[in-house]
Amino acid sequence: MIEIESVSKLYDGRPVVDDVSMVVEPRSIAVIVGTSGSGKTTLLRMINRLVEGDAGAIRLDGADNRSIAGYELRRRIGYAIQGHGLFPHKTVADNIATVPTLLGWDRPRVNDKVRELLSLFQLDPDVFGTRYPHELSGGEQQRVGVARALAAEPNVLLMDEPFGALDPIIRAKAQEDLLAIQKHFSTTIILVTHDMEEAFRLADKIAVMDGGRLLQYGRPDELIRQPATPFVEALIGASERPFRILSLKTVGEAVEPGGADGPPLPEQTSQKDALAQMMWTGRHAMPVVTAEGNPIGRVTLDGLMKRAEA
Amino acid sequence: MFDGSLNGKLTASGELRWGRHLTFRPDKLGVAIALLAVYGALSPFATMRANRIVRGESLGMLSALPTWAGWLLAFTVLGAASVALSRSPAVARFLAAALALAMLIVCVGLSGTFLAPADNAYARISPASGFWLLLFTFSLLATDSITRMRPSPVLRLVYLATAVGLVYLTLVSGIWDGLSVMKEYSARADVFWTEASRHLALALGSLFAAMLAGLPLGVLCERVPALRAGVLNTLNLIQTIPSIALFGILIGPLGWVAVNVPGASAIGIRGIGMAPAFVALFLYSLLPVVANTVAGLNGVPGATREAARGIGMTSAQRLFRVELPLALPVILTGIRIVLVQNIGLATIAALIGGGGFGTFVFQGLGQTATDLVLLGALPTVALAFVSAVILDALIEMNRTVAVNKRAA
Repeated sequence: MIEIESVSKLYDGRPVVDDVSMVVEPRSIAVIVGTSGSGKTTLLRMINRLVEGDAGAIRLDGADNRSIAGYELRRRIGYAIQGHGLFPHKTVADNIATVPTLLGWDRPRVNDKVRELLSLFQLDPDVFGTRYPHELSGGEQQRVGVARALAAEPNVLLMDEPFGALDPIIRAKAQEDLLAIQKHFSTTIILVTHDMEEAFRLADKIAVMDGGRLLQYGRPDELIRQPATPFVEALIGASERPFRILSLKTVGEAVEPGGADGPPLPEQTSQKDALAQMMWTGRHAMPVVTAEGNPIGRVTLDGLMKRAEA
Repeated sequence: MFDGSLNGKLTASGELRWGRHLTFRPDKLGVAIALLAVYGALSPFATMRANRIVRGESLGMLSALPTWAGWLLAFTVLGAASVALSRSPAVARFLAAALALAMLIVCVGLSGTFLAPADNAYARISPASGFWLLLFTFSLLATDSITRMRPSPVLRLVYLATAVGLVYLTLVSGIWDGLSVMKEYSARADVFWTEASRHLALALGSLFAAMLAGLPLGVLCERVPALRAGVLNTLNLIQTIPSIALFGILIGPLGWVAVNVPGASAIGIRGIGMAPAFVALFLYSLLPVVANTVAGLNGVPGATREAARGIGMTSAQRLFRVELPLALPVILTGIRIVLVQNIGLATIAALIGGGGFGTFVFQGLGQTATDLVLLGALPTVALAFVSAVILDALIEMNRTVAVNKRAA
């Protein structure tokens, strides 16, 4: 659990982070969104003390983050940034091994961890371990960057626009992978982005910042239905609201009894995608099946549209 | 290569067309090499003098050598030049250059014994402008062809070691003993090696001292921007002082130190001699070392620094494990500049009693004995060349890192 309590940071007397308080539950993903200059990156960097706060306190699992030296704190917290920041003079394996080596793990344990992480990120350890960062594609570099951040098995992972430099298709894949990795390690993740699509896709809770202040912190559907300020409403995009709501739920949660013609939808499909398919194919209902292919009912255009109302 | 047809004409693309099908396209560098080779072959090959300081008589290739050797050398030179002129493969060019160089080295020794009059032990035979020009021309062809073969840094070091070994064999074999440079050497063999070690001590010692002081200073300048401009400007200013002036300027303060600081004169600090030379070379070395350290560290990508800090490296770990390794090629480039510069500048140290190969150069100038000048100048040039090749290879071995850096 990460407790952020009334933290502020001033540069030249001007607050860039202004009295922000929020709590991130263990094993959840909190996404901080805001325009550039909103203070979101500074807030993130205050958690691992790359930036020292001027007021307030941040506690990780109850312990104040100033109770140990900054570099020791940072070894316990994963950190991944845009443009990955891999060490160009070291191999992929050595890059991932950096923090475990700093922590003094023995060699076999480090090697095992490197192999485990590379496999988890779908990179063959025998092929990629000995390569240098410049020999990888952008997507591969980014995965190695996240793997390095996770190498010392941190409870907390901080990510600063980690997918900002990726093209849309690779980015979607990277986001999916991140969700899987988060479940696998039960890591608590705080991620900074300015991409609202990404925020809604990943977040258990979203924090909206502007001018150093935390405007709203809540579940995605709360932000859509009850935006705290006009700024939050504008950031989410008024015309996007119904689709954002539908994108948060699966068709499995909207199943009605009965059958329908047409190709079946797996129950994990998002309601937004189901709506899009119905509109595109001109159907008013579509059958829904389980992952194994057993029919469990149908979704209807009317039903989905009711769910999208405020 | 050449067709019998004589109505060759220059086409728009600059190609000489001979006959109907054969096109002769000369290699660009080869044209220069061929012209130099022909000019060198027609210039005096050796000079014979009645003693070591009088003006001598210049002799061409055919009169300075036994007839068979003269013609053999002439044909070798022209053959190698025509290989250079055509667009031949790099290996062929290298072999042609190596053959020509070997012939030159053997023949110049041969002319030493061939021209020596039986009745005059004071007579001196030395290589003349033609020899030097041909030596330069075919060395150029050799280095160019090696470059075209794109050898790995290790292979380049192997080539260098081979060349050094061959020069050593030539010297110990005695085929050059008839040449006046070698006569100057044999008259001063023990002094030569003392001065050689002094020269190396001055050049390498001052470089080492400059690295000890310059690397930390460079790191400091990079970390504290306020310091940077001041330090670099001061070092720049020192660099602009002419070397002879700087040696002179240092005589005063070091003389004072020798007299007034207890123990200073005991460790060899004096107004003249090695101490001021060492200090001057050290001061000249600082700018390249400091400036390149700053530039190298500045070139480390921002994301890499940020990541190093973000994953919990301490300041020292970031410096030694990330920043300095990434800056190494640039720092090594600075060290290469310093080493080559110091080997040359150390020659001037002889003017203030600092010793080194300059001793022979200035003695030779004083006695108008050109061969004595050469005895000081040739080893200096060779040393500078060898160190440049070694450091270039080292830089390229570390460049893989720099390539990564740019791509990342």
